[in-house]
Amino acid sequence: MELVLTIAIGVLTGSGIWLLLRPRTFQVIIGLSLLSYAVNLFIFAMGRLAVDVAPVLEDGTGNSDPLPQALVLTAIVIGFATTALFLVVLLANRGFSGTDHVDGREPPP
Amino acid sequence: MAHEFLLILLVALPFAGSVVAAFLPANARNAEAWLAGAVAVAGMVAALLLWPAAAEGGVVRFAAAWLPLPGADFSLRMDGFAWMFALLVTGIGALVVLYARYYMSPQDPVPRFFSFLLAFMGSMLGLVLSGNLIQLVFFWELTSLFSFLLIGYWHHQQAARDGARLALTLTALGGLALFGAAVLIGRAVGSYDLGEVLAAGDLIRSHRWYLPILVLVLAGAFTKSAQFPFHFWLPQAMAAPTPVSAYLHSATMVKAGVFLLARLWPVLAGTDVWFWTVGGTGLVTLLLGGWCAIFQQDLKGLLAYSTISNLGLITLLLGLNSPLAAVAAVFHIMNHATFKASLFMAAGIIDHEAGTRDIRRLSGLYRLMPYTATLAMVAAAAMAGVPLLNGFISKEMFFTEAIRATTPVPAFGEVLPYIAVVASAFTVAYSLRFIHGAFFGPPPHDLPRTPHEPPRWMRFPVDVLVLVCLLVGVLPALTLGRILDAAARSILGASTPVYDLAVWHGFNRAVLMSLVALAGGALLYRLLSRYLATSPDGPPLLRNIDGRRVFERILVTLSWRWARSAEALMGTHRLQWQLRALVAVALVVAFAPLARGLALLPVAATAPDPALALVWLVGGGCALGAAWQAKYHRLAALILMGGAGLATALTFMWFSAPDLALTQILVEVVTTVLMLLGLRWLPKRFERIDGSATPRARARRGFDLVLAVAGGTGVAALAWSVLTRPPPDTIANFFLTRALPEGGGRNVVNVILVDFRGFDTLGEISVLGAVAITVFALLRRFRPAPESIDVPEQQRIQNAYDEAHPGRQVGDSRDKYLAVPAVLMRWMFPPMMAMALYLFLRGHDLPGGGFVAGLMVAIALIVQYMGGGIRWVETRLRVHPLRWMGFGLLLAFATGAGAWLAGYPFLTSHLFEPALPGIGRVPLASALFFDLGVFALVVGATTLILIALAHQSLRGPRPPRFGTEGA
Repeated sequence: MELVLTIAIGVLTGSGIWLLLRPRTFQVIIGLSLLSYAVNLFIFAMGRLAVDVAPVLEDGTGNSDPLPQALVLTAIVIGFATTALFLVVLLANRGFSGTDHVDGREPPP
Repeated sequence: MAHEFLLILLVALPFAGSVVAAFLPANARNAEAWLAGAVAVAGMVAALLLWPAAAEGGVVRFAAAWLPLPGADFSLRMDGFAWMFALLVTGIGALVVLYARYYMSPQDPVPRFFSFLLAFMGSMLGLVLSGNLIQLVFFWELTSLFSFLLIGYWHHQQAARDGARLALTLTALGGLALFGAAVLIGRAVGSYDLGEVLAAGDLIRSHRWYLPILVLVLAGAFTKSAQFPFHFWLPQAMAAPTPVSAYLHSATMVKAGVFLLARLWPVLAGTDVWFWTVGGTGLVTLLLGGWCAIFQQDLKGLLAYSTISNLGLITLLLGLNSPLAAVAAVFHIMNHATFKASLFMAAGIIDHEAGTRDIRRLSGLYRLMPYTATLAMVAAAAMAGVPLLNGFISKEMFFTEAIRATTPVPAFGEVLPYIAVVASAFTVAYSLRFIHGAFFGPPPHDLPRTPHEPPRWMRFPVDVLVLVCLLVGVLPALTLGRILDAAARSILGASTPVYDLAVWHGFNRAVLMSLVALAGGALLYRLLSRYLATSPDGPPLLRNIDGRRVFERILVTLSWRWARSAEALMGTHRLQWQLRALVAVALVVAFAPLARGLALLPVAATAPDPALALVWLVGGGCALGAAWQAKYHRLAALILMGGAGLATALTFMWFSAPDLALTQILVEVVTTVLMLLGLRWLPKRFERIDGSATPRARARRGFDLVLAVAGGTGVAALAWSVLTRPPPDTIANFFLTRALPEGGGRNVVNVILVDFRGFDTLGEISVLGAVAITVFALLRRFRPAPESIDVPEQQRIQNAYDEAHPGRQVGDSRDKYLAVPAVLMRWMFPPMMAMALYLFLRGHDLPGGGFVAGLMVAIALIVQYMGGGIRWVETRLRVHPLRWMGFGLLLAFATGAGAWLAGYPFLTSHLFEPALPGIGRVPLASALFFDLGVFALVVGATTLILIALAHQSLRGPRPPRFGTEGA
């Protein structure tokens, strides 16, 4: 179980970093989204993996760790907000500068 | 008690007056002057009333807790020395206010002037009355700040701005050094209290920090008192209005430095280092200032250098390590304040009436303003040290001390009297120059204005000050005897020497030296007068060595050239390189602890589940595919990214976190829709298949690939090393055991969000609202790139089809596009809203909650937009996202604040069981209303973002406005 999740986090992070370093703004925004998946999964995993455990309080059963879940829930919503902001900034930048390069101008050939 | 009150009044009144003065009308010169004058006179009266308590070695104290932790209280402390300064500051302050009333022209904005002047007076009083070192430094910096504002009062003049900035840079740097000294002294003594510090002289002198303390104190004092090599700011500060110069450079600002030296004299003086640094600096400044003063062509410039020279004299006296010399220094502080203030005022009157201060152009003014000329002559004679004036007495004391001084090197002691005579001759020479240059000689011609006597009350302050010079000169013991005694006693304590304040001590060596200096100065002036009549500004040998220019060059080099070089060397404007550096640094920093953690490698892993492995086979493939395709195939990359998101949501589900899975999947939907809306405004890009990438580009990609693989591997390794070891004791139990009894909910995640960590959530929804409004604002000014404005290709094809077929209107195809899904979407609206309500209501006990419900509503709305189009939806249903957001935020705040009414802290939740008609008793928590606020805000923010972006498509089809055909 741990191995699958570990590899998943690694692949998401690697793809995210690769896209983060690309020159086009759309690549960067996709990269940031992939990175945020990885980070959310990572934080979630810090509460350890619990399969088939009651997510809400029930009498006589154990519970999954609620704290990382609360953290990640917040992170997901904030992640949406930053993605939206970044998207609009990149659109505005593209409108102003006429290019979708991250530097706001085409690189010298 | 009354004394304490007077003490507080003395410091607080000027600041209060400053605030009032700032709000008077711009042309209220008289009201301003009355106010400022009343404040100064009241301060003086308060000081005079305090005299009985401060005289004879008494100390008046007031203390109030201020910074209890570092051990610094707000404390005021007045002894004889502080009293003397308080009298100077308020007394000369009152005279300066009167003078300024006539000096400032009706065009000058006087509220600013008097407000700054009063604030400066308050700072100066705070400085001299400070009872602890930290507070002293605070007021010290305040004087720097307000003197900056005063010097730069005429900020339309370049010279005023430059002079003010120079003064501030230097004195504030000195203040910083002084702060260091205060901290060191405080640490060495164990207290910042001035009384305790003054009693700890032996401890400090033998402390291993003595040298650093001394250097830092001197850096502060020398910059403030314009001692060599920091003297050059003072002549530049002459760009200030003359009342400011008369105040700052006679009695206050520059005296703060020597005040500090005298104040700390019992603590720091008495060592050879003190002698050489303080005495040496004073001596150099005394000679240099005198020499430069002779060659100034500007009356105020002459007085500025003479001030430097006189401050050098005071510093030298303090540096001689002899109690008698210290008494002479204190005495000269008073004398210099009186004659220099009157001379500055006289120079200001000449400038005011004649229109110039250039000595080469002025002459023979005695004929036109005999009264002022007489006053100025008396004051200048006092400066030169002519008998029966106060300057003579302090000069006599200086000569006596120069003769008696015991120096670490005897040879130096032999030379000192001769140097004293030379310096004194310089003083005589520049005093003569001031008088002779301005008042004697042929009648002036070609002046900007015809000079005449100033108004009576403008001259009155000069009258008073010159009268003081005379009285002290004739009857020193009777006038200043007791004040000097109290001041000296509070510095020197038991070691106060016996001295005799008298005009005549018999014909001794000091008198002889005085006579030689007078004759020598007169001779020097006679010899130089021909040269000076036409010479340029500045002394012949030192003219080209300009301290200011050196200082400015250092500043330019430090703050501009080096900064530029550093930026060129290490900075880049390219975002990619900055991100590469960030990732690389993160990798390097994370590597060390990670390597240590991996070394343990306990294996406590469970067997992988094939189903989850399959999910991530797809999910990982999606992520890699998105990375691969994001440049040329944005839609594909977006869909693939959604795939990775789905895998993430499934994983949350898998590991018993349904709340997360719900949120993730809904956010995924909203994000995808959002990005789809954005895709249209990005440039078209076609895949180049010629493989023309340069080797450099290939190398960069290779490097990025290495970084990406290393980063992914690193994070995976980190996750692995955490996951394969048993969990430590977490605080999860705290929440699990208290969620039901204290939060009233079984869904612990939701209880944490709306109750335990409700304040975080409040912050989070505020951020969400702020982001939504920012997005909205950014899009209002959105200018799409020209090639994106066109109607999208698909609609063009549809329109072309409509035109080609008779019986069809243009737009028919577009309207009927996706007609069947649109109907389905319309039908989905009620179930989705019901689902949202369901998720919201059960949120406290079962997976769901405000966030998820809000997202659900937003999706239901956006689905209508997608199916029916903007116009179709908005003719039927107006969403007001801002109202939703405002309501949500207000409700969340109000719920939190409701706890206050019951006397509990913000956001404390309350459990109750109301009986609802038809349903029965329902257990409720007040957190439900908080969650309702969250819900409303999420609805508002999400729809605001989505609708704002969707509305951009209405821009596109707009006909071109400026007649650019064929666009």
